[in-house]
Amino acid sequence: MFYRENGQIKTSYRADQAILPMRQDRWFLGVLLAFAFLVVPFVATEYQLRALMIPFLIYALAALGLNLLVGYCGQISLGTGAFMAVGAYAAYNFSIRLPELNFAIVLILSGGCAAAVGILFGIPSLRIKGLYLAVATLAAQFFFDWVFARVRWMTNNSASGSVSPAPVEFFGVTVDSAPEKYLFVLTAVVLLALAAKNLVRSHVGRSWMAMRDMDVAAEVIGIRPVHAKLTAFAVSSFVVGIAGALWGFMHLGSWEPAAFNLNMSLRLLFMIIIGGMGSILGCFFGAAFMWFLPILLNQVPTTLGLQMSTATIAHLELMIVGALIVFFLVVEPHGLARLWSIAKDKLRLWPFPH
Amino acid sequence: MNAKNLPVAILLALLAVGTFAPLAIPGTMPGFWLEVLIGGLMAGVLYALVALGFVLIYKASGVFNFAQGAMVLFAALTLARLAEVMPLWLAFVLAAAVMVAFAWLVERLVLRKLVAQEGVTLLMATLGISFFIDGFGQTVWGSDIYQIDLGISKDPLFVLQSFFEGGVLLNRDDIVAAVAAVGLVLALALFFQKTSTGRALRAVADDHQAAQSIGIPLSRIWVIVWSVAGFVALVAGMVWGSKLGVQFSLQEVALRALPVVILGGFTSVPGAILGGLIIGVGEKMAEVFVAPMLVKAFDLAGGGIENWFAYMLALLFLLVRPQGLFGERHIDRV
Repeated sequence: MFYRENGQIKTSYRADQAILPMRQDRWFLGVLLAFAFLVVPFVATEYQLRALMIPFLIYALAALGLNLLVGYCGQISLGTGAFMAVGAYAAYNFSIRLPELNFAIVLILSGGCAAAVGILFGIPSLRIKGLYLAVATLAAQFFFDWVFARVRWMTNNSASGSVSPAPVEFFGVTVDSAPEKYLFVLTAVVLLALAAKNLVRSHVGRSWMAMRDMDVAAEVIGIRPVHAKLTAFAVSSFVVGIAGALWGFMHLGSWEPAAFNLNMSLRLLFMIIIGGMGSILGCFFGAAFMWFLPILLNQVPTTLGLQMSTATIAHLELMIVGALIVFFLVVEPHGLARLWSIAKDKLRLWPFPH
Repeated sequence: MNAKNLPVAILLALLAVGTFAPLAIPGTMPGFWLEVLIGGLMAGVLYALVALGFVLIYKASGVFNFAQGAMVLFAALTLARLAEVMPLWLAFVLAAAVMVAFAWLVERLVLRKLVAQEGVTLLMATLGISFFIDGFGQTVWGSDIYQIDLGISKDPLFVLQSFFEGGVLLNRDDIVAAVAAVGLVLALALFFQKTSTGRALRAVADDHQAAQSIGIPLSRIWVIVWSVAGFVALVAGMVWGSKLGVQFSLQEVALRALPVVILGGFTSVPGAILGGLIIGVGEKMAEVFVAPMLVKAFDLAGGGIENWFAYMLALLFLLVRPQGLFGERHIDRV
């Protein structure tokens, strides 16, 4: 009734190629962004920002990076945690060795480091695919776990192996309080998500998707596999690396290599499966699902008056996540994003289905 | 030998040289070197046990079973907890029955619905299964560290005392593990070669459709093969569990066994064994002899290169020979 496109006539190519062709969608997104930027930081409590919103946004960003590789280019990766770690440690080293550098530049440089590493570990993808590639990226995961735990230079000779950078200074403002951190992360996520959305609509993104759908056919129509795959690895790792740096600086504050272990990689993979492979929106759904579900699960027993140990809850969470992954793969391989678009299609005809 | 085999030959030669090179380092005791070698071989046997599970399922259903590690943990947990209230043999039989039931459920609830999907989708489904049984096992059986007592004394054996000063140290449970692995491989080889079910399994592995068209029921074959993999997981879990104690980290053993399968080839049982031995020896040699040099050269905070050594080895192998040592050649090249 309120959600239909009658009368919205596209009269220019610009209008035809808009990211959100429907006026209602644009309003909805505008209101959502305004709410996220102008209302949330002032209304939400310290806990809500620090423990819910900031990690959710960073997870969404990392999932976005992974989705570019897995969902759009069809190259599986189990080494996302390692690329995040590269970003985080690169940012740490830049910030302590070149303290006068602006944090935005530090972020971009650390993304660049992650991209370089991503290309290096993406090279096997030129010869192998599928689960062989999974093993190759797993090698990256274990190798970098080791590098950051053992190579003293990386942690600036920290005795305990953990690093804790000073609070970020950004154009003279110390980004230290929860709302400031939240706004910083939100800005980064919105900018990168917009860039990613446009990238996957460009010829680069289309060449990735062609690679994913059928590599031989893509090669026949003139897409260079080397180029398509390595750009996917580079861009994906760039975004993941920035997410890693944000995770370290904005969420954890101080961290050790175990923060970016294999579990992180798998968690991100699950986010994009549940959220929807090959969908930018899906990353946000998946991240929200995987981050908020355990927190909700923690609340359920107390509200029902049941006594459960935290260990039991953690195990139940594992079971539920595992079952959901299988469920989504069987029933809805395109994840929550697909459910969302089905709901939107239904809504356009509601309440008269014809 | 054709030119394609040359890089593989070079790699293997390098590995062999690497194995014997430590003897040339001044100050290495031959007895100590032999101990490291044997330790590596024993670890390799254990890796091979886990790798066997991977190979079996991949061979028969084309699924790369990421849940093998979780299955090892689950089987070991079941065995350990059941053995607390009943004799070990009965617990073993019951645990095997549980693994069969698990195989049946996996086929019913997951594989059947995902027929003809891409390998990567199936891989992710097994990731989901692995999370599920991790949570399930620990909810049902608890998450402490449990012991499996096989009744083997923990006193080490000293052999070859007449050749080397102090002899060479051997653990009794390592010997039991080696014997179990050899027995299991022989039994599997007989099963695959001599029984009609084994033949049906090989037929399915060769060509799903052809096998189905001559009347081999695919779903039953899958249940059988997952059951066999579950049984292998049980044996692996029993051996590892008695060595390390049954705990969550048992899972990581499976991740260590992944490069083994790459090295040996996804479809080859002998490959799993040989790959396991190569990785086991390589890892131990690298850790004991190479890591200290690295630590000295780069001022590292300790060695621990065995965590990634096997993966890097597998990565090299992937680049020169993606199908592994004994794998079948029809791999999707890009």
